[in-house]
Amino acid sequence: MSAVAATQQNRVARAAFRPVNVLLLAAAIFLLVGSLTSQIFAQQTVAGLAQGAVYGSLALALVLIYRATEVINFAQGELAMATTYIAYQLIQWGLSYWLAFFLTLVIAFALGVLIQVVAIRPVQHKSVIAVVIVTVGLFVLIDGLVTWKWGADIKFMPAPFGQQVYHWGGVAISRQDIGTLLLTVLTVVLLWVLFQFTKLGLGMRAAALRPAEAVLVGVRVDRMLAIGWGLAAVLGAVAGLMTEANQFILQPSLMQAVLLYAFAAAVLGGLESPAGAVVGGLMLGVFLNLVGQYVHFVTAQVRLPFAFAVLLAVLLVKPSGLFGRKVVRKV
Amino acid sequence: MRPSVSALLTTAGCAALLALLPFALSDYHRGLVAQVGIYFVAILGLNILVGYSGQISIGHGAFMAIGGYTTAIMSRDHDTNLVLTMLLAFAVCFVAGLLLGLPALRLSGVYLALATFALAVSVPQIVLKFDKFLGGSNGVQSARTVSHTWLYAASWTTSAIAFVAAWLVLRGRVGRAFRAIRDSEVAATSSGVELPIYKTLAFGLSAAFAGVAGSLFVMGTNGFAQPNEFDVTLSLQLLVGAAVAGLGSLWGLPVGAAFVGLLPTISKDTPLLGSSHGQDVVFGVLVVLVMLLLPQGFAGLLARVSRLRTRPESP
Repeated sequence: MSAVAATQQNRVARAAFRPVNVLLLAAAIFLLVGSLTSQIFAQQTVAGLAQGAVYGSLALALVLIYRATEVINFAQGELAMATTYIAYQLIQWGLSYWLAFFLTLVIAFALGVLIQVVAIRPVQHKSVIAVVIVTVGLFVLIDGLVTWKWGADIKFMPAPFGQQVYHWGGVAISRQDIGTLLLTVLTVVLLWVLFQFTKLGLGMRAAALRPAEAVLVGVRVDRMLAIGWGLAAVLGAVAGLMTEANQFILQPSLMQAVLLYAFAAAVLGGLESPAGAVVGGLMLGVFLNLVGQYVHFVTAQVRLPFAFAVLLAVLLVKPSGLFGRKVVRKV
Repeated sequence: MRPSVSALLTTAGCAALLALLPFALSDYHRGLVAQVGIYFVAILGLNILVGYSGQISIGHGAFMAIGGYTTAIMSRDHDTNLVLTMLLAFAVCFVAGLLLGLPALRLSGVYLALATFALAVSVPQIVLKFDKFLGGSNGVQSARTVSHTWLYAASWTTSAIAFVAAWLVLRGRVGRAFRAIRDSEVAATSSGVELPIYKTLAFGLSAAFAGVAGSLFVMGTNGFAQPNEFDVTLSLQLLVGAAVAGLGSLWGLPVGAAFVGLLPTISKDTPLLGSSHGQDVVFGVLVVLVMLLLPQGFAGLLARVSRLRTRPESP
């Protein structure tokens, strides 16, 4: 009896002291101490968290699709950009920002479902590479459609959270950053609740992880996958709108760099793990901001290659990401 | 794997057509068809890696960039003969491919895709960072430029050599090893195929072909090697071309190369949708449609047609 309890305790202790968790804890302590000692450090950390939250939500969208369809959706960023343009159009027609925001989320959901049904479902079971190429085609197509409809010149949208900057013990934090952080975290939490505590979420998890068995117990797998693409598009729309608010300008290349960072964040966290994607996004955002501030070799030009170099180093040590499980295949 | 008579005849017919075509074309169109030849070489290289050895790469534009910059820099600094620079590009990219192949041994699937994608993203940025040697955003101008006719001859001669070389390599021991790895790594290992050697070799060969294509590509842009010519889009285009051609077969290659080489220009010249951005829409729609109708690419269609033709004879 006591032996069983001891092993149980052992297992819990081992889970808590997994290298990854220890590393995360160390990073958190480092950030906290740094923020307490230097105001610039604190400022960069908060701005990095806001930026990272955006990476994280787009990364989460990629993970949702990856779990359901086993491909990286190259069109995810362009879809987010297109939905941001839809919000822009709605505001042009006289809607308030937040009304346009929520209406855009609904439209994004519909678009995601539509894409899955029309373009992905017919090829899904035929070849993985074909699905990847379809998403590349959608990338070009959406980009072309947006440029054709709205033009390539810069557009402006109203700031959702205002231009205010809070000063808190000498540390300047913009309302925009706090708003972005809260909004994306709220979206992610809502999504987590949906997946973890509702029947729909259970069905979606079953359809993504065990499609054959899910069909046997009466889950409508096709419908669940379509809803998954819809939800991913909603996450993307939030990321797109928040990116626009951070950059103050709207143009067709809005999400291209963000998609690359989100891709990196998703892989960093381990592509199978939704929590990993969000944590990966936050880590990447903070890390890049701090490196940009303190390491002078890393200029804006080499920011992206640098991020990827670090990521590759991580992958060589842990080939399936920080939170990914090692795949054991039966032969 | 002996080639059938009809396959040989078709190949000879295509070669004859390509040899006679320049006499019927204007200078502009000769340049355009030469471009298709360049894509042919690059997609052939990508197909060796993705279609035969089963490792994905979305970063072959980076190898084209390395090959292209090799040509431009050698020509700028030493006025090296352009044909010689193509051989150099082959060698440099072969080594670069082997070097990338080593870390790739630890990665597979999506993680390998990311690693190669990182390469595609990084190369143009690295050019901007080290602008003294690599010319920055202004690019590198090679000492000599070539005419469209010269480029046409060079690109299709290279295509022919590359095609025959690839066919010879892939039908023999090496190709068998590649296919064994693609179909099952465990089975390949237990049959005595040395995974590390053949996987890195596939990367090296594939990169070397892409490097030669990059060298020709730079000659095609008036001898200018510029970072924005080699961005991520180029890598994605190569992948699209390989998928349209059909992976794991060489017979669809001309179609894949023509698809990415000609389609954007043709749809740009056709007034459509009333704006210059119609070409992206057309390209995107066609890519999606082709994949929906022919998930195995054009080579898959050819295989289906030839099966249909032979079926009545077999019991």
